[in-house]
Amino acid sequence: MSKSWSILNVRLSHAVPMAIATASIGFAAPALAAGTAAGSTISNTATATYNDTGGNSNSVNSNQVDLRVDELLDVTVASADAGDITTTPGSTNQILSFIVTNNGNGSEAFTLTPNSTLGGDQFDPTTTSVVIDTNNNGVYDAGIDTVYTAGVNDPILAPDASTRVFVLTTTPVGVANGDRGQVTLTAAAVTGTGAPGTSFAGAGQGGGDAVVGATGADSVDDGFYVVQNATISFLKSQTVLDPFGGTKVVPGSIITYTLVATINGSGTLTNVVVSDAVPANTTYQVGTLTLEAAVLSDTAADDAGEYTGTGVTVRAGAVPSGQTRTITFKVRVN
Amino acid sequence: MRHFLLLLALSLPTTAMATNAVALQSNVFVEKMVTDTKGRSKATLQEPKIVLPGDRLIFVVSYHNTGAAPAANFIVTNPLPRAVSYQGTPDAMAQVSINGGRDWDMLSHLKVKESDGNWRAARPEDVTHIRWAMKQAVPVGATGKLSFRGIVR
Repeated sequence: MSKSWSILNVRLSHAVPMAIATASIGFAAPALAAGTAAGSTISNTATATYNDTGGNSNSVNSNQVDLRVDELLDVTVASADAGDITTTPGSTNQILSFIVTNNGNGSEAFTLTPNSTLGGDQFDPTTTSVVIDTNNNGVYDAGIDTVYTAGVNDPILAPDASTRVFVLTTTPVGVANGDRGQVTLTAAAVTGTGAPGTSFAGAGQGGGDAVVGATGADSVDDGFYVVQNATISFLKSQTVLDPFGGTKVVPGSIITYTLVATINGSGTLTNVVVSDAVPANTTYQVGTLTLEAAVLSDTAADDAGEYTGTGVTVRAGAVPSGQTRTITFKVRVN
Repeated sequence: MRHFLLLLALSLPTTAMATNAVALQSNVFVEKMVTDTKGRSKATLQEPKIVLPGDRLIFVVSYHNTGAAPAANFIVTNPLPRAVSYQGTPDAMAQVSINGGRDWDMLSHLKVKESDGNWRAARPEDVTHIRWAMKQAVPVGATGKLSFRGIVR
């Protein structure tokens, strides 16, 4: 039987037109990611039923064809940051996030390799560690998430599974506002990488081969830092109103001081605090402290500013670049 | 395509089979794109033992009435292996089922109820079974080949 049914009778070259003819049915990319698990078996059997001359129903099964599914090695790395991550000169533990996904159909370990010494950017961040988001909460938790060591704790991902990876870096001191620094993360299948179709005999999950998929079994993506070097400048001015309606500084004259803090560069300065001493031979005028034209109380701890007994202090908080904060207060000349 | 099927038919054996009145043979081929020495891409068929997700398979079911009487109401049924997504058949008379073989029709006539209650047209990957029902009895000694395509999920 085997001889008479041999598939050798099929002339393969003539089979190709069928492939083309039926292509219109649509080899739509299969709606699957990792696919059938490595090591599983696909079994196919056909059944025929028919009636014989006596009207009896008969059933016959075909032979069973078994196909073993090999392991496909595929991985993707994608930056998990929405855009450039802001940094400032000399900052440590700056974090870029990446998602590593096993697109293969077998459980696979992946080697992670960061690279921050790249061309095409303005500075090279210094990589201090690669950390795996062990508790899977999406944010870096120092001392909780596991520091990665290549070859020691390569993350093992089930088919379709992904993990978040943080690359921690230090920003050099000498960078300028607006400079960008690029960092890449590469993930490579431990079993092997190479051109799609490269096969590693016996290395697949389930005892079969492992075959490199379309991604080459390695993948890389990049993230960027941008230096946002905000600076603050002050401008202090005064106006004088003397008791006679003029502008002479005489005892009894009221001096109004105006402090304008301007944030330049890019980014946001946080915790902006403006303090000014009340000049000698003058007396602070109660209830005259303002921030952005709003009166602040003279007492501490109830709002953003107070009179300290020797001067005024105003906490302006976070101020984005390009904005100003104006503070005024009045003193009377003794 | 017709040429291909004709060729298949011609290549079928005529020798007598074993005790079953009808013999049924299943073969599965994988279509691989091969680049020849001139850099041209070309499809070839191989009979694999191993496959990968995304591989394109061609299932061929061959029948042969080896008995002494015609086989009436002849129906060949091939359940799709779970790991294989149906990709169509060149046989116009084939019917498919998307519910495990309970109902049969042309794929274009079948609908799937989605979780939100709406109906959508059935897609190839919904197919669970394919069958060929011959309108006429298969004569003594007659042979034929039926085929469909699938892709490894």
